[in-house]
Amino acid sequence: MNKENVIQELQALAAEGMAEQREEASAAPVAEPAGEEEAKPKKALPPEPRRNGVLEVEYAVRGVHLDVQIKGDQVVRAAQILDEAGMTLEAITGVDWMKDQELEVVYDYSYTGGPCFRVVVRARIPRHEPTIPTVSEVFAGANWHERETFDFFGIHFEGHPQLEYLLLPEDCDFHPLLKDFKGC
Amino acid sequence: MSSQPLSQNQEYFELNLGPQHPATHGVLRVKLLMDGEYIVDAEPVLGYIHRMHELMGENRSWAQYLPNMGRLDYLSALSYNLGYVELVEKMAGIEVPERAEYIRVITTEMNRISSHLLWFGAFVLDLGGFTPLLYAFDDREQILDLLESVTGSRLTYCYYLFGGCYNDVEDDFLSGCLAFIKRMRTRLPMYHNLVTKNVILRQRLEGVGPVSAEMCRKYGATGPVLRGSGIHYDLRKNEPYSIYPELDFDVPVYPEGDSMARFMVRMDEMEQSMRIIEQAIAKIPEGPVMAEKVPKMIKPAAGDYYHAVEAARGTFAIRAVSDGKNQAYRMKLRSPTFSNLSLFQEASRGMLLADGLAFMGSLDLVIPEIDR
Repeated sequence: MNKENVIQELQALAAEGMAEQREEASAAPVAEPAGEEEAKPKKALPPEPRRNGVLEVEYAVRGVHLDVQIKGDQVVRAAQILDEAGMTLEAITGVDWMKDQELEVVYDYSYTGGPCFRVVVRARIPRHEPTIPTVSEVFAGANWHERETFDFFGIHFEGHPQLEYLLLPEDCDFHPLLKDFKGC
Repeated sequence: MSSQPLSQNQEYFELNLGPQHPATHGVLRVKLLMDGEYIVDAEPVLGYIHRMHELMGENRSWAQYLPNMGRLDYLSALSYNLGYVELVEKMAGIEVPERAEYIRVITTEMNRISSHLLWFGAFVLDLGGFTPLLYAFDDREQILDLLESVTGSRLTYCYYLFGGCYNDVEDDFLSGCLAFIKRMRTRLPMYHNLVTKNVILRQRLEGVGPVSAEMCRKYGATGPVLRGSGIHYDLRKNEPYSIYPELDFDVPVYPEGDSMARFMVRMDEMEQSMRIIEQAIAKIPEGPVMAEKVPKMIKPAAGDYYHAVEAARGTFAIRAVSDGKNQAYRMKLRSPTFSNLSLFQEASRGMLLADGLAFMGSLDLVIPEIDR
């Protein structure tokens, strides 16, 4: 696997997304780049959502080498880049950022063919319309991970072959990991 | 044994395997579509013992979440304990005394042997051989007694704390471990004579349930399943943690990718775990088993953190998101057998039902960990 190539391709992908985003939000004020979040003082305001892009983060602290934030509709391309590099999809999960009215979908990739290399790909989608394309056509293992994320967050994976409850009962009508879930 | 369905007519029937079935080792249900004795489609149905451990992680403090780690994979709970405490130590910057690291490795590896022993007994039982189970449980009992003497529990351990271990080990425990290894070295050759060389077992396993390295990669399979497909990947070597880099051990790899390869990987791993324990006992230093300054309230800096360890069944990883409070904002548990089982549907197509069960046994499933 050529790490440099992977980083370059992901950077190009993120830059493409950023250009689109700038066009969309040219009127709105652009958020300051948050950079490394740990540098923030303890009682600062909740950190601004990170701008899209590729960050090389400190592995010893974060447990990943590369932190990629892209737009929701780019996750399939990111999966294809990492698939061609021979990487494995380890898990998919979500995070509910209720204050920002956004849901984050997090993809963890690792490399099993040699020296340790971990990439996390994240995409933020609006909370009121949580839709993101499925990567189960690239990685067959994503099927169950996406169903689990659908269970817990209600995120709709477009094009998923069987988006049904996996761990929760088939007749349930709630998504327990949303921050406004109050028990059932 | 042919792996192609024989009949040409399309009269399939549905068959439910589980959720209460001895061969699924827990409440797993598999919806089977059968063509006579052949599997056309096998869809695992999960969630019968789902407990929402991830939500529990969000509504209790970091320390209060420790006991949950013993209740995911109840057969190798110490690996999960280890993964969690190492993650929180990484987040909060807590240094662990060396003696504690050695104790952690010795107890984790003992737990790995006991887990593989239970799998060995239960797997051969699935295939119809009752006797090895009794031998394997006899050995496993010795480990449970030893671990009970230091941890206080027999299965659902909660022994490691942030910054070290709950208590120090006695010399009796260490000599007990060495005595166990000495005994186990006479038992393993017996198992190979009794079971591995048995022609019936070989015919049930060889060439059955082939899983290619590429399929493992697409499904994210790890642990003995991946190593049985010829990939040299063990987090203790590839992403070293604790004191594993200081210890000399091999990673058993078999390229065949069939059920026999996975069987052999686990059998060989027991020997490697024994080598690790022997070296760790020879090297264990004196000293404290808890770090001096461990804050009562752990408040990691905001951000997200990832940590993965090699559990008995593969990569166990946690992704924790902290918002600077004493409890997690999000706690994602990535369990190895969830991914290992997800390839069952594709890999079991066209297999005989009896072979499908042998294949499922060779994946070494623990349902509470899949369902979480």
